[in-house]
Amino acid sequence: MFGTSFGRFRMAPLSELQRLQRDINRAFSGFDSFMTVQELPTLNVLESSQDVIVTAELPGINSDNLNISIVNDTLTLSGSREPEVLEEGESYHRQERSYGKFSRTIRLPFNVDASKVDAIYKKGILTIVLPRAEKEKPKKITIKAA
Amino acid sequence: MSNETKDLTKQEAQHPLETERTRTRKVYTPRVDIYETKDTIVLIADMPGVDEKSVDITLEKNVLTIAGGVGQANNKGYTVSYAEYETGDYERAFTISDEVDRDKIDAEVKNGVLKITLHKAEKAKVKKIAVKAA
Repeated sequence: MFGTSFGRFRMAPLSELQRLQRDINRAFSGFDSFMTVQELPTLNVLESSQDVIVTAELPGINSDNLNISIVNDTLTLSGSREPEVLEEGESYHRQERSYGKFSRTIRLPFNVDASKVDAIYKKGILTIVLPRAEKEKPKKITIKAA
Repeated sequence: MSNETKDLTKQEAQHPLETERTRTRKVYTPRVDIYETKDTIVLIADMPGVDEKSVDITLEKNVLTIAGGVGQANNKGYTVSYAEYETGDYERAFTISDEVDRDKIDAEVKNGVLKITLHKAEKAKVKKIAVKAA
């Protein structure tokens, strides 16, 4: 958890602090904390000149419980993870995974064509491919030799 | 967390496991829930990016080790503009007690979540003794 390298990727320092705070909260808050801790999914954003790919680690989610919405260049990802239902007489020995609702909003590097967005949920990873809006695509200008 | 943890969770392997790795990838400790039912002990681990082919579960003596490999994503032509997580392999080990039947361990992976069901050995199951009326 603490061994995250700052060198290889551009890490967001705020999210590192939030993660640390979450871990500390978890350590001190005892058993009843699992309903109140709001675990935000971590995101990676990759971009090319044509599109942007947002990936999120969201293990164990029913894809019906995932909502993706796009307004201009803002992407909102929300959903919930349902806890395991224990029957009477069953008890937890250890509970580290978190449950509940989450929501994240990020600003994309450019406006996207919302009608062509593809989202795939596979192996607990959500991948959203957002093509750049046609009118915003960079134009290549050829220079004529005089 | 409560102090009433059983043998299954008592001795947690330090991260990363004390073996030298031959790959340079990062190793993460998956977050795990463990709960006990009447006949089983269920272990659930969050391992996003892992599927049934890339997960290894081994039981040696009384150490249950789970390991998962995550393939390197093909990001050719893309630049990372924002990164909050890195991908790596998963590894974690658990000590299990004698009450687990070693021949009856089921595992399944779904949506990046590994679920291992350890069945309790017959002798460890709670037997209810009926009291006869005199």
